[in-house]
Order: sequence, then structure tokens, then C-alpha cells
Amino acid sequence: MYSEKVMDHFMNPRNVGEIPEADGVGTVGNPVCGDLMTVYVKVEDNRLKDVKFKTFGCGAAIATSSMTTELAKGKTIEEALKISRGDVADSLGGLPAIKMHCSNLAADALHAAIKDYLKKKEATK
Amino acid sequence: MDHAAGMPVDPRVFQAMKPYFMENYGNPSSSHSSGGSAKTALMESREKVAQLIGAEKAREIVFTSGGTESNNLAIKGVAYRNKDKGNHIITTAIEHMSVINICKHLQKQGFDITYIPVNKKGMVDPQKLKDAITDKTILISVIYANGEIGTIQPIKEIGKIAHENQIYFHVDAVAAAGKVPINVNEENIDLLSISSNDMYGPKGLGALYIKTGTRIQPVIQGGGQERGLRSGTENIPGIVGMGKAAEIAQKEVETEGRRLSQLRDKLINSVLGTIERSYLNGHPTKRLPNNANLRFSYIEGESLILGLDMLGIQVSSGSACTSKTLEPSHVLLAIGLAHEEAHGSLVFTMGKQNSEEDVNYVLEVLPGVVKRLRAMSPLTPKEMLR
Repeated sequence: MYSEKVMDHFMNPRNVGEIPEADGVGTVGNPVCGDLMTVYVKVEDNRLKDVKFKTFGCGAAIATSSMTTELAKGKTIEEALKISRGDVADSLGGLPAIKMHCSNLAADALHAAIKDYLKKKEATK
Repeated sequence: MDHAAGMPVDPRVFQAMKPYFMENYGNPSSSHSSGGSAKTALMESREKVAQLIGAEKAREIVFTSGGTESNNLAIKGVAYRNKDKGNHIITTAIEHMSVINICKHLQKQGFDITYIPVNKKGMVDPQKLKDAITDKTILISVIYANGEIGTIQPIKEIGKIAHENQIYFHVDAVAAAGKVPINVNEENIDLLSISSNDMYGPKGLGALYIKTGTRIQPVIQGGGQERGLRSGTENIPGIVGMGKAAEIAQKEVETEGRRLSQLRDKLINSVLGTIERSYLNGHPTKRLPNNANLRFSYIEGESLILGLDMLGIQVSSGSACTSKTLEPSHVLLAIGLAHEEAHGSLVFTMGKQNSEEDVNYVLEVLPGVVKRLRAMSPLTPKEMLR
């Protein structure tokens, strides 16, 4: 049902964990629906120096989280905000249609984390 | 360990079926000799299925295309035939989807359906069922044992209540037949659905037991086969296979049941004893010998399935993420689980191919899979990860 790439990211997820003093944190989803993910970002010179995630969910939810962090790491804020759900699915060699909406939330969590960072930055000005 | 999803055909069953494809291909309705041999095979199979469930007469068995058709014939057949007496049907919240969807269909046609809830262990309270009876009730339909949580219902007691009130009693025994001994007469059953593949017979074959005297009408019209209750040329190879499967099941139900119960209990007790925040879904003792439904907090069932699949273990889950509708299993919700709890369930259904070695292997690798997923989950309390 899943591509080899999805299974690779599920079995060997990249960037799992939390960033203790993260500059931004974003959570999307709901355990009631079966998917909940939190993305943490560390920003330096307008670039995502580190990105980590924690996810409760199905294989697709874990693989998309892993892929999102991989795509985002090292990107500028502007570039990272352009990463879409479609980009994540494409980079994984596609996802089953039924999983495209419910489990492909990691890009949203990334955007939420970046917005959290931007909001905090705005507040400290 | 996912025998509920599909079982291999027993080699003895396959051997018995083989001659009925190219050598004995006759139609039992023909008058010549090749029809005669098919007719004999049909009679013998009917007798074997009758014996498996303790039916008095072989003619009380009607062959169908499987459990779903048996349920359709039983429920629609009794409902339509007896609507002059009433329009009320009582069933439970943990039926197979075929029963639920037949009831929904009948509801649209003016029948009233009452779904009796179950307790946390998945057990129907006969008193609640009794209280739901009205003077319009014509049928009570209860699953013998739910294949997902394994809980075995107090069938005999419910049947007694039905008969005291002159109400027909249908039992969906698809998941139970061949796994636990069933006796339709002792257990006060008027109609009983069974399926061939759930006892190592071929797919696409089932049967409905209809007690003599039951008022029922067919749902498939045609050439009048199966005493007019199920028209269509009989699937003789399949019926021979189901007959053989029933014969084997009858011989082995006690010994295989004991063997599987021991494996089941070892699996359940060891998992509950070694994995923190793991729980059993369903009844601890009144359950199918081959079923273990376990639940793990903070993680989701599909990722558990994938993790185990990579290690060569096939299981299933009641999680929404594994279903076509993206809704968690109605059975897990009926036993009172919250959605997020239902997501973390894992169903093991064992069979003849499984040995103690398989259980030991699951016990060896499952804690690691659970631990890995919990380490990734934002729901896992921090103190559990240390």
C-alpha cells in the first residue's frame, strides 16, 4: 500500500524528538482523528538550523513528518513556508489517496511552528 | 496472525473438492447419472454441516454464497415473511457490518430496529434485551461471538427469552462456527449463519440453518433450488469443500480450541504483564479461543501493524486509519472506548498454522515496536520514556 520511500521514513524516521529551547513550536491534528503532530524549529540567521518532530499516527503520518523535517532543514523561512503537502507527498513517491488529507499534516505543523517563531520575534521587538 | 481476514483452505478440503471440477461436474437437478453423483455430494455435505451445529435434519441447512448472504436471507427473509405480525427487530451494537446494514435497509422500509448496547467487555445483557421486546417484535438477531473482540454472547439464555415471547432467534455464528462447539437445539436457535472460509473451507460458500417450521421467504428468486429458499445452480465443488471443512471442524473443534486458548492466554497475559499501559479489549474468559484484542496507549494501530509487518507478523486493528471510512471500529466504540483509545488497538486472530513459537516471537518483538512508536508520540508521558 505504501511506497518504499514511505516505508523507509516510517522505519527510520529522520529528526525525531523535541528541541528543548525551540524558537517555534507548531501542533496540528487531533488524537481523536488518529493523527497528532508537533514540529519544533530552531532558527539562525533566518534559516531553519534544526527541525524536529513528534507524531502520533499511522505510517503515513510518521513518514510525512519525517520527510517534512528533512525538506525544511537548512531552508530559509520564506522557502520553508512554501513547502506544501503536495511537495511532501511527491518527495515520498506518493501517498494512498485516502491518506492525502487525514495524515499529510506535517507541512501544516511546520508552517504553524514557523508562524509561532515569527509571532514570538514580533513580540520581542 | 490475522485469520479473521482470511484463512487458507485445508489441504484435505482441497483434495475433496478437486474431483468436482472436471470429473464430477454434473448438475444435481439433472436426472442422468452425472447429476446423481452431484446430488449425493450435495446431500452428504448438507448432512455434515447439519452435524457440526447439532441440527436435527439435514434439510434444515440451506447453502448460500457466504455469511453475508446467510444474514440477508435470515433477517430479510423473516422480516418480509412475518411483517403481518409486526415490524420490530432487536439486534445488538456489535454486529457484523452485514447485519447492521441489512437492518438499516429494513429501517428505510418501515421496520423498527432496536440496537441493544453491550458492557465494557462486549457482553449483551439479556435483561436489557428482554425489556426491549414489544408486541411488534418478530425477530431477535445476535452475533454468537464478535470476530474483532472475541466476546461470546449468552446465546442459550437469549434464545430462551426469544422463545418465551414467540419471537424468532437468528444468530450470526460466522466467526464462531468451527471454533467453539455450537448446538442449535440446545441453544434455542431458529436461524444460524455460518461461512465456509472461516473454518478452512473455500471462500464464496456459506450456509443458513433454518429450523423446521420457521416462516421465511427467499431473497433470491429463480429455479427453486435449496427448497426454493436459495435459487441458482448449486456450487457443488464449493459445497463439497464446505462439507469437508465442517466434518474436520467437528472432529477438531475441542482439541484445536484448547490448543488455541492456551496460546491466546499466553499472548494476552505476557503482553499485559510486560508492556506498560496495555489493555485487553473484550471478555477475559468468554472469548473465542483464537482471538486476542490488545490496546496500547499513546500509539496508533496502523503504525503498529506496519511495524510488526516489517518483522513478518501479520495482524489487524480497529483503528480508523486502517478502515475505508476512516472511522474507528463500531465494536470498539460500543464497548465504551474513546476514539483515541480505539486507535491503539491490535487484533490477533490465530489459527492452525500458528504455534507457540509464533507467540514467543510476537512477545519478543512487540515490546520494541511499541516502545519505538511511543518514543515518537507526543502523547507519551515523559516519565515513561526514561
